[in-house]
Amino acid sequence: MSSLSSPALSSPAPSSPAPSSPAPSLPAPRRLRATAFGNIVRNEARLAWRRPVGLIGGVALPVILLVVFGEVPSFDKASASFGGLTAFDVYVPILLVLGLSFLALMGLPMALVSNRQLGILRRLSTTPVPPSWLLAAQFLVQLCVAVAIVLIVLVTSITAFGASAPKSIGGLALAALLAITGLFALGLVVAAAAKTATSASVIGRLTVFPLMFFAGLWLPRELMPQVLQDISNYTPLGAAVQALQDAMQQGFPPVAPLLVLAAYTVVFALVAGRLFQWE
Amino acid sequence: MALELGTTRRAGQAKASHRKATGGPAVEITHLRKSYGPLVAVADVSFSVAEGEIFGILGPNGAGKTTTVECAIGLRTADAGTIRLMGLDPHADRDEMHQIVGVQLQASAQPDKLRVSEIIHMYRSFYPDPADVSELIEVLGLAGKQRDYYRSLSGGQRQRLSVALALIGRPKIAVLDEMTTGLDPRARRDAWDLIEKVRDRGVTILLVTHFMDEAERLCDRVALIDNGHVVALDSPASLAAQARGAKTVRFVPSAPFDDQLLTRLPEVTQVEQHGRHVIVSGTGQLVTTVILALGAAGVTALDVELDSSNLEDAFVRLTSSPSIAEGRTGTEGAAR
Repeated sequence: MSSLSSPALSSPAPSSPAPSSPAPSLPAPRRLRATAFGNIVRNEARLAWRRPVGLIGGVALPVILLVVFGEVPSFDKASASFGGLTAFDVYVPILLVLGLSFLALMGLPMALVSNRQLGILRRLSTTPVPPSWLLAAQFLVQLCVAVAIVLIVLVTSITAFGASAPKSIGGLALAALLAITGLFALGLVVAAAAKTATSASVIGRLTVFPLMFFAGLWLPRELMPQVLQDISNYTPLGAAVQALQDAMQQGFPPVAPLLVLAAYTVVFALVAGRLFQWE
Repeated sequence: MALELGTTRRAGQAKASHRKATGGPAVEITHLRKSYGPLVAVADVSFSVAEGEIFGILGPNGAGKTTTVECAIGLRTADAGTIRLMGLDPHADRDEMHQIVGVQLQASAQPDKLRVSEIIHMYRSFYPDPADVSELIEVLGLAGKQRDYYRSLSGGQRQRLSVALALIGRPKIAVLDEMTTGLDPRARRDAWDLIEKVRDRGVTILLVTHFMDEAERLCDRVALIDNGHVVALDSPASLAAQARGAKTVRFVPSAPFDDQLLTRLPEVTQVEQHGRHVIVSGTGQLVTTVILALGAAGVTALDVELDSSNLEDAFVRLTSSPSIAEGRTGTEGAAR
């Protein structure tokens, strides 16, 4: 987030009391600032709950699909084309990535853009609180939702549908973390590119669907022709599915998809920082 | 109306000058300049506002009012000139400045799905010594609305919430940009009462407006800005007087009389007959003089009307774009 800055609205520089000022109030004490940030986070959490674009796409959709796939009889038979896995096992990481993508590419940008569109970032920059706090608060709230998506999808698939428990918890956590950061960074690019909340949702949708193809939503990666699989390995969602699936089925994931996700995180964050408009 | 206005203004000025004696000016802007690329939004603006004063910034759309205010509150960086708010620089001392300046921005909204109380409490927690919420809500007529979503508020209620947020930190200076634009007449008058109440608590108010009646009613002094320059700076009444030195008295005489009766009076400059009506132009205590002179000649003046110029006349005369004087609403689009 620190890469997002603007000359007029950047975080306050360390202040120096003006000599002519009669009795300058002290800079807000730390506790006050913590309370202020807590209140911003609380309101953003309320908004995430009351405007549930991110929650519906990110949590409800994958859970519904999980239930549907769990009920399809052929999905729980091990298949040679999936390397001995069941179709359900193959779809768990895909649905996980589906949830995270809807959250990151639609929920997050719409929340960020609507605050800018309403002039709230501008309004905040006239208060003692820097406007970057609002972005940080939104990021934090959406991050919590992302973690919740990972937990809900995994716990549901394992407890309710007998999916196999992940082979490497640490590898899964790392893969999920990098998937979240990579997708959130892409979501920030969407937020930076969109002028209005409506256009954010359109851009988000146009980004999410082609990328979900490479994640294997329509055709699992194992069934893709080699060329498509190679392309998929280098798309953010494809790399995310690859890393998550390996962590769940084999053990600690290979370095390649993790590096791809890390690289996307850095590149997208830089691009978003460049493009982001405060007004 | 004129008399009432005069009293208010004098009271305000007395208060202002009293405060001025104890400290420096609340707002001091000298030779402010700001351009956006080739477009010069503010060429050279200087003014100083005393503590406790209600100071109006008037001007046509695109004159540079909003840019001036945005520079003053640190939203934009001026190209040249100095700005001091209670002695603080909006950029170098921004932390302290933001604690003592409350702002109501033009076209700033809140999320639809937050409740009034949630919004107020969030902004309240930004300030070290905030105002009492229930009192502020009461004064602003938002009592009973605390549980309502922002979405369900009327335009006037949203505007009042916006003013509440500007005042929640107990500011020493409140900057209100187009506060009453979009309000119905009743809500505008309520907003004016509110501004006067706020000033009575010692808050200095910088009011950007393009409504003449608003400036005339509220402001101790106004700066008239046009094309990025201050073209006039005075009390609304003085500006109006400058606009047209002459007053006009119009009446129907009870009997015909010789024009000489009036033209020889030193106050009278011109006498015209329009059908039954006589129109006398002049200066000073025109009405009294004319009526006394006619009375001495046995003539009574009926249906007397005094036409004195107002702030709107000053505005039209002093600025290049008269369209605004019709009270047309609009944005500062050209300045952006």
